[in-house]
Amino acid sequence: MLPDIYLDNSATTPVLPEVAEAVDRVLREFPGNPSSLHAKGLEAERLLRRAREETARLVGVKPEEVIFTSGGTEANNLAIRGIAHRRRRQGRHLITTAIEHASVLNTFRELEEDGFRVTYLKVSTGGLVEPGEVIRAVGDDTTLVSVMHVNNETGSLQPIAEIGRLLAPYQPQVAFHVDAVQSAGKLDLFPHRWGVDLLTLSAHKIHGPKGVGALVVREGVRLEPLFAGGDQERGLRPGTENVPGIVGLGEAARLVRGMAPEARVRWPRLQQLFLAELSRGADYVVNGPGPGSEPGVPYILNLSFPGVRGEVLVHMLEEQGIYVSTGSACHSRRPEPSHVLVALGLPRRRWESAIRVSFSFLTTEGEVAMAAALLARTVEEYRRMM
Amino acid sequence: MKGANRLDFELRLVANMQWAMRDLPQRHISRTFGRIFVPVDGDGPEVVERLARVCGIVSLSLARRAPLDIEAILAVSLDLARENIRPGETFKVETRRANKKFPLTSPEVSRLGGAHILGHMPEVTVDVQQPQRTVHIEIRDQEAYIYVDSVSGPGGLPVGSSGRGLLLLSGGIDSPVAGYLAMRRGVRVTALHFHSFPFTSERSREKVVDLCRRLSLYGGPVSLYVAYFTEIQKAVRQNCPEELYVTIMRRMMFRLAEHWARETGCLAVFTGENLGQVASQTMESIAVIGEVCRLPILRPLIGMDKADIIAWARRIGTYEISIRPYEDCCTLFVPRHPATKPKLAKVVESEASLDIQALLAESMARTEVVRVGGDEDTGREDTGASPLYKATWTEQENREDQGDSGLDRPGPRVLE
Repeated sequence: MLPDIYLDNSATTPVLPEVAEAVDRVLREFPGNPSSLHAKGLEAERLLRRAREETARLVGVKPEEVIFTSGGTEANNLAIRGIAHRRRRQGRHLITTAIEHASVLNTFRELEEDGFRVTYLKVSTGGLVEPGEVIRAVGDDTTLVSVMHVNNETGSLQPIAEIGRLLAPYQPQVAFHVDAVQSAGKLDLFPHRWGVDLLTLSAHKIHGPKGVGALVVREGVRLEPLFAGGDQERGLRPGTENVPGIVGLGEAARLVRGMAPEARVRWPRLQQLFLAELSRGADYVVNGPGPGSEPGVPYILNLSFPGVRGEVLVHMLEEQGIYVSTGSACHSRRPEPSHVLVALGLPRRRWESAIRVSFSFLTTEGEVAMAAALLARTVEEYRRMM
Repeated sequence: MKGANRLDFELRLVANMQWAMRDLPQRHISRTFGRIFVPVDGDGPEVVERLARVCGIVSLSLARRAPLDIEAILAVSLDLARENIRPGETFKVETRRANKKFPLTSPEVSRLGGAHILGHMPEVTVDVQQPQRTVHIEIRDQEAYIYVDSVSGPGGLPVGSSGRGLLLLSGGIDSPVAGYLAMRRGVRVTALHFHSFPFTSERSREKVVDLCRRLSLYGGPVSLYVAYFTEIQKAVRQNCPEELYVTIMRRMMFRLAEHWARETGCLAVFTGENLGQVASQTMESIAVIGEVCRLPILRPLIGMDKADIIAWARRIGTYEISIRPYEDCCTLFVPRHPATKPKLAKVVESEASLDIQALLAESMARTEVVRVGGDEDTGREDTGASPLYKATWTEQENREDQGDSGLDRPGPRVLE
């Protein structure tokens, strides 16, 4: 029997059975619209309230600060456009980094077309932003700083607390947004203490359903909504709430909060085990933060096997029941690098041969050991074959 | 075209038209003197859209009938003019009188028609030289047909009237166009795709299935042979000189093409090759590569510019599929300096280190067949679509086949 080892958890995670059951139950048994006056509406509203509390607890904020969205992309759009447009008379300068997710970078690019100025901060070879650089970029007309917490490709961990501390004198004129899609539920977050005004999270990265996420909007921070409509989600996200999805997010949040203490001990062990097992059979280089170097999370590993084509490796592994992803994509016969690996300053032979391995709350030592052994063997086979 | 040939042509065309409309309400199609009549019942535009893709049809007109009475003909002509001619446009009326017993001559009918329309529509003008719109009146034995303008069909010959051909289909822009042009000359196409997982992905295979589905709109269901090519690529890379990778790989492709062509009753191999486009498409390369295949290799695009090919691909709707980014990592097998003028003797010598027969046999044994575009399209399940949707699709695809008895018998099959 082929193994089925899923190590592409930065892309998405499998839904926990309890979450699937909760979503299924809501779909079948709770048809009400939370805005309705009658009992069925009230039932649905209670479900939302419960999910909002669980989600708030996961990231250490108040329930009233949680705005449910259709996912991380919408939450990022809402945060960035919401501040930029709301404060456009106050200033038109925005700051972000070169390694953000596409939903952040492309939102900023569109705002540039609308007349905003955007500073894209460079990162070190370890994938880190220098907090001092952020402050140096702030000007009189700056209204927003947006920095991701954990990078989805390399796992680099940005110094959010430090950036927040240095930004404090400029607040509230400058809003601070953090895309925490890859860290929410996995790391302890303290948005209030860090001075974070807006924080993005997504359900399907923590074993919840796809199509639901949230933007945390700190009390007192005003945004321009993306859509016109009713007054759901304090008017910031009009439209009848995705009750089953939101319940799925709440349930996932509750469950991973229970699993986190153990997982946080397990992930560094998995990382060490994986690299140790791999070292026995293959030459590799770690891209971005490695164990014991720059700050990075142990559940995302970006590796290069120089001379090997990442995409081919992904397909060879999939044939053996191991699922990982690449650091570059083959577009019309020519591989194109990921913007993150390019921002790290990696040469072609590094990004061309990069793969990403990412763990979830469910990943076991046995899976990791087996995947590393098969990966080493596959790299060896590739080198022999080519 | 004459006699039995013409009859065969027309019957095939009618069968292909029936197939193109197989999920619309059944109707009787009749033929007379170079015209084919398809009754429509409120679904005219849909029928025109389907039939405009059927090879062998030169033009289509959505006509309305009138009894053989000049008053009735004029009334219908005016109705159609009102529906179709916009203010400020120029028009003329053109009459064909197949029924010589009709009391008025063609010029007389045209003149009356023009005057009648002008009399009721002051916002349009007549231009007999270069009208923007033309109202056609055809007077036949039983009744008259009136229509404004025509839609062009693809022309050419009905698919199937020239026999079967094997199309090498890569997933790029060129080969689907070559397939379409072959269909337009009456060829029923069987497709052959070379799949080199893990060097090409499942998605690039899915892309080829989608290309076949698009081609099937023009020429009926397509059988797609997905040939296993991984071992051949590896063997060539390991054993042959780098500058000859492409030459030798393509010779292997044509050996397989000849096998599958003979196996499936194809009379020729069709490719999207285009002279001078890449190293393997010089005359020297074409000669050395084609030498392994004893069937004719036909190249409908040989004299076209890339821009012409792209224009065709857009017109037939394959371009958007072809440019999907899931292209393969075949660059691994593209030498830095490919031979543009390979010498046959050198190529044959380089191939000596390969166990050609064993490699071909392995590929043949691992070749899969996907039926695309027919009543039992196996492309969807085969390319990993979720079984969740299978039931729904089967329902939709489970249509009554009223069509060509020469069409492929559906059903998946893996060759031994």
